[in-house]
Amino acid sequence: MTDTAVAVAAPRFRVKRWTPLSMFFTGGLSGVVVVLAFAPVLLGENSQNNLIQLYFLMIMAMMWNALAGYGGLVSVGQQGFIGLGAYAAVFLSVQHGLNPYLSMLLATLIGGAIAIPVAFVVLWLRNGAFAIATWVVAEAFAILVSLDPNPAIGGGTGTSALLPFNLRYTPTQRLHYTYWAALGAVAVLLLLLFVLLRSRLGGSLQAIRDDEEAAASVGVRVLFGKGILFVFAGAGCAAAGTIILAWQLSVLPLGPNSVFGINWTARMIFMVLVGGLGTFEGPIIGAVVLYLLQTYVSISGVWYFVMLGGIAIGFALLLPRGIWGTIQERFNVQLLPVGYRLHTGTERGRS
Amino acid sequence: MTWVADVVHGILLGGFYALLASGLALMFGVMRIINLAHGSLALIGAYMALLLTEHLHISTYLALAPVLPGALVVGYLLQRTMLERSLRAGQLVPLLTTFGLLIVIANLLQQFFSPDVHSLDAGRIGPASWHVSSTLSIPWFDVLTLAIAFTVLGGLQLVLRFTQLGRELRATAEDPDTAELVGVNARAVYARATAIAVAIAALAGVFYGMRSAFDPNAGANELLYAFEAVVIGGIGSLWGTLGGGIVLGVSQELGAQINQEYFALAGHVVFLAVLVARSAAQAPRIRYTLRRFA
Repeated sequence: MTDTAVAVAAPRFRVKRWTPLSMFFTGGLSGVVVVLAFAPVLLGENSQNNLIQLYFLMIMAMMWNALAGYGGLVSVGQQGFIGLGAYAAVFLSVQHGLNPYLSMLLATLIGGAIAIPVAFVVLWLRNGAFAIATWVVAEAFAILVSLDPNPAIGGGTGTSALLPFNLRYTPTQRLHYTYWAALGAVAVLLLLLFVLLRSRLGGSLQAIRDDEEAAASVGVRVLFGKGILFVFAGAGCAAAGTIILAWQLSVLPLGPNSVFGINWTARMIFMVLVGGLGTFEGPIIGAVVLYLLQTYVSISGVWYFVMLGGIAIGFALLLPRGIWGTIQERFNVQLLPVGYRLHTGTERGRS
Repeated sequence: MTWVADVVHGILLGGFYALLASGLALMFGVMRIINLAHGSLALIGAYMALLLTEHLHISTYLALAPVLPGALVVGYLLQRTMLERSLRAGQLVPLLTTFGLLIVIANLLQQFFSPDVHSLDAGRIGPASWHVSSTLSIPWFDVLTLAIAFTVLGGLQLVLRFTQLGRELRATAEDPDTAELVGVNARAVYARATAIAVAIAALAGVFYGMRSAFDPNAGANELLYAFEAVVIGGIGSLWGTLGGGIVLGVSQELGAQINQEYFALAGHVVFLAVLVARSAAQAPRIRYTLRRFA
């Protein structure tokens, strides 16, 4: 972890990426991942099942934030990729007899691959038009899957992936491997996003978020940047879908609560708005908040979504920077350094 | 010759989509926002009419008398309490708040009216139709819907062209800051535009309830169809919305002719094809992007 101090203009100013706090926290987070990897040994089945939920919620929040927070792309169709991921894993494992965990990995790549042509259709659109177009694409995917006559896919009545798991693993093994797959997916996607946002492309993405026209006028390849984000988010959401499949073992294609359901987008928007849109740490916090809400506040399904929508509206109107964005603004901290910090020679600490 | 019947039914269905889409188009035209809760607001209109017809035993058409003014008030308050604030916060926030509203409405409707399907009584003209030939019959109710769509679109155009409100709406749509300089209260204009849009949505919702069964989650599909009509017709054009609605309706009816389950899919595919064609019009940019990518 070298300090990438760069001299710019006057020598008294230095641009830093790392601060002692962010070094400590990034190291700490890596430590947490290592500790969490021992959960199958240390924790009971219930806790592992709960953590798997937390992990796929985290992935979804990260992906939705990557689109909206960094690309300015409000997608209400990411459930299309969640569903495709789940069904691609069913197709590979049930239909073709592949190892279910290998199927999950391949399904993630398939999700990213399908996002490429979709990007060419929807990325020309702005704001609301983009939002609804992604939703139409997700609906089209769901209808196509529900019309598939293949018995492994199961059409509109849904399907089960119990068989390929049970053929190879005992229920305990399945829980452990699914847990590790989910934790691994969170860690890998978080690391990829971290590297992506710190790269040169990350700088241009943040320029696109702040002002698309201005970014384009100074030579930022706006569509290319958005395309990378869209494909990354497509693959990430597909990964979340495969984890949902391995966790609940059966999926449905149609309806708001299905694997292609709009309720996933409601959850994603809630997590990102509550945590902090456009901050790297925000979606992680938002996912933890949602997880705590649904684990410890027992309310019926209908009121749960009324609450989710209501809180999301409240945050959008009253606290648009979310929990983490507000903290960041007030205390000027960044725990996972994706930006640059300007240090003047005279001032210490504050930048 | 069943395809003739499909085309005719598709055109009539297009009238319904135009009615549903005109409020969406009005709000987009004036405020540049897409109200994701538009279909859900239409659905509230249908449920309110359901309440009135069930408890007061009045006809659905009579129920419009209290529902439409109520929708005007709801639209006005919605703009003043929520949308006005979100408009100030940039491009993304109106999308996020209206999406939140969509989720809240769908689940509240489910709580109060159960997830079961309901329908509204279309009166005596509901089942009546005009038999043109053995394969083609034209339902009177669909003709009425198309006529109402024409009336609403024509009325909107007349209001926009000839009234003081219309001039203010057009001025605000062009440039709200300049409109304010010459004495237009842009916020009041926005609130009136939303009030009108929600009232038209409620009208469309009541007609939706009379033409087919509905459930609390139907708002999302209606939003998608309305938006598809707006985009196919060309964003920003009121009469284009009617054309877009007709293209959408005809493609859905023809899709359903191949297989009943292709109804919605055919509409989605045509919509996406229109998007691809539009983006192909920007082909130099695509080629540029590809070259830089390679």
